[in-house]
Order: sequence, then C-alpha cells, then structure tokens
Amino acid sequence: MNSIVAKVFALMLMLFAGSAAFGKEAAPAAEDPALEQRMAALTSELRCLVCQNQTIADSNAGLAVDLKNEVREKMKQGMSDREIIDFMVTRYGDFVLYRPPFKATTLFLWLGPLLLLAAGLLTLLFRLKRGRGAAETGLSEDEHARAAKLLAAGTETEKQ
Amino acid sequence: MTAETLPKTRLYLLPLGIFFALVVLLGVGLTLDPREVPSPLIGKPAPHFELPQLHDPAKTFSEQDMRGKVWLLNVWASWCVSCRAEHPVLLELAKSNAVSIYGLNYKDQRKDGVAWLQSLGNPYQISAFDLNGRVGIDYGVYGVPETYVIDKRGVIRYKQIGPVTSEILKEKILPLVNELNRG
Repeated sequence: MNSIVAKVFALMLMLFAGSAAFGKEAAPAAEDPALEQRMAALTSELRCLVCQNQTIADSNAGLAVDLKNEVREKMKQGMSDREIIDFMVTRYGDFVLYRPPFKATTLFLWLGPLLLLAAGLLTLLFRLKRGRGAAETGLSEDEHARAAKLLAAGTETEKQ
Repeated sequence: MTAETLPKTRLYLLPLGIFFALVVLLGVGLTLDPREVPSPLIGKPAPHFELPQLHDPAKTFSEQDMRGKVWLLNVWASWCVSCRAEHPVLLELAKSNAVSIYGLNYKDQRKDGVAWLQSLGNPYQISAFDLNGRVGIDYGVYGVPETYVIDKRGVIRYKQIGPVTSEILKEKILPLVNELNRG
C-alpha cells in the first residue's frame, strides 16, 4: 500500500516537474513585457532578409530568430530604437527597413507615384480643354456642305 | 486636312507602344535576382572578429591576422545545400593557389563541419567557428554561402551572395584579386 502511495506521489511529482519545465520555456516573454513589446514593435519595422516579404517579428527563420535576440539584447543594454536601426542598416543596408529613408537613391521610389499622378492629371486637363475647344469651333460652312454631300452619297449607295 | 488627322489616327499605336515598353521593363526585371541585395559593407573595413578555429578550438582566427594580404572569406555550413554545389569550385581555386580562402563555419556543429570537410575536401587555410552566428550578423550574412573579397588594408571589396560559380570566379573575383594584388 505504501509503495502505491509512493508511486502516485512520484507520478504527480513528475507531472508537476513537466509543467514547470514548460512554464520556464515561456519565461523570456514574461520577464519584461515592456521590453518585449518594444522589441516586437521594432522588429515589425525590419525586413527578414531570408524570406524578404516578411518582417523579422513575423518570421521564424533562423536568422530572424537570431536578430530578434540581438535586438532584445541591445535593448537590455540600453540602446535606443534609432541606434538599433542604424546597427541593422550598416549590416544589411536600407533594404532591411520596411520604411525606406528619403534620400537621393530612393527619390524615385517616394516621388514616382506622385509624378505619375501629376502626369495623369495634366493629361486629363489637357484633353478636357482641347475637347471643349473643338466643340466650340464646330464645323465650318464648307465642312458642313461636304458632310451633307458625303451623307447623301452614303444613303444613295445604301438604297441601291 | 490629312496632315492634321494623321497624328490622331496614329494614336491607336500608343497602347501597343506602352505595352512593348512594359514588356521590356518586366523582361529586364526577370533577369535581376531579388535576393541580391547590395551590401552596405563594400568599401568598408571588414568587421572585427576573433573566433576559435574549427579544427583547433584552442587557437583563434581573426581578420587582423590577414592584414597585408588579399584573401577570400567564405561563409559555409555543413547544413547548407548550396555550399555543397559551390564546393568543387572552391577546391579548384585552392588548388590553383590564386588566392587563399578562409572559411567562416556559420551556425554549425563542430563535428558536422569537420566531417563535411573530411569527406568533401578542405579548400580553407583555416575555418573560423561561428557557433551562434554573431559574426555572421556583423558581416550581414543572410544566405549561406557568401563570399567576401578583402584587400590588403582589410577593406571588403566584393561580396558574392550565393554560390561562387566558375563564371563568377573567372569574370569577377579573380580579376579583382589580381588587381588588388598589384595595388
């Protein structure tokens, strides 16, 4: 009887130990929720270069996990978001940023859509203006006469 | 009359023209590799590292050891499939003695790395052992294999992302190495 109690006790102990281990694995997230939130916010601004169309926050690729740890560590060391972004850019270039900076090489990227919009509006304005001009001018006497003649000729051939 | 209407009748060709322009643009786009991100490290000093050697953990290897030499730093791992494809090219290069190749064994297990070189051949003078990939991060590594050409002053002059092929070697890396050796 005593041995059964001991076995049950041992089993419970093992179960408890198991759950304790699971609890420990999730510890980093709970350790400092504010820092973890800051880390998540910053890494969702950074591109995972292995998967390219995912943020580091979203990705589970090996490099993304390493970079998340790197960012977390840098924050613990007291580096600002700006400094961490600079750290990333010196290694991986502007491509790592989901919001690329406004500078000479990205000028077309930022202004391109505006230029296209302006070109579209200008074309539209130009066409509208020209259309109205044509309507106002209308046809001259000569042209009216010629049109009438052509139409008459058309109806005649149709009749035939 | 006809002179005035002619440009108007030709207007129907415009969409066709735009279409062809678009085809050319997209065609050129297809020949580019979106994985090739220009490295901001080119023209900058190679980041400092000091790592244990793969074959002898008691010894270290640092980029400082290579001052005054033109050399290649090749990032590799036993788990990396493309490295296997690249390997014969590196072996051939090592045999030619054109330039010395040093390895950065990236996020690998020591015994796996050693076994990999044992079975396939070892083109590296020394391989540095970067277990946690920290040095890889400093070098902006994101797709193994990667290869850096580093000049006598320790400045990175070229970066190859993905496997080095014999064409790339012949057309880009070797001419650059020769030029750097002369300078």
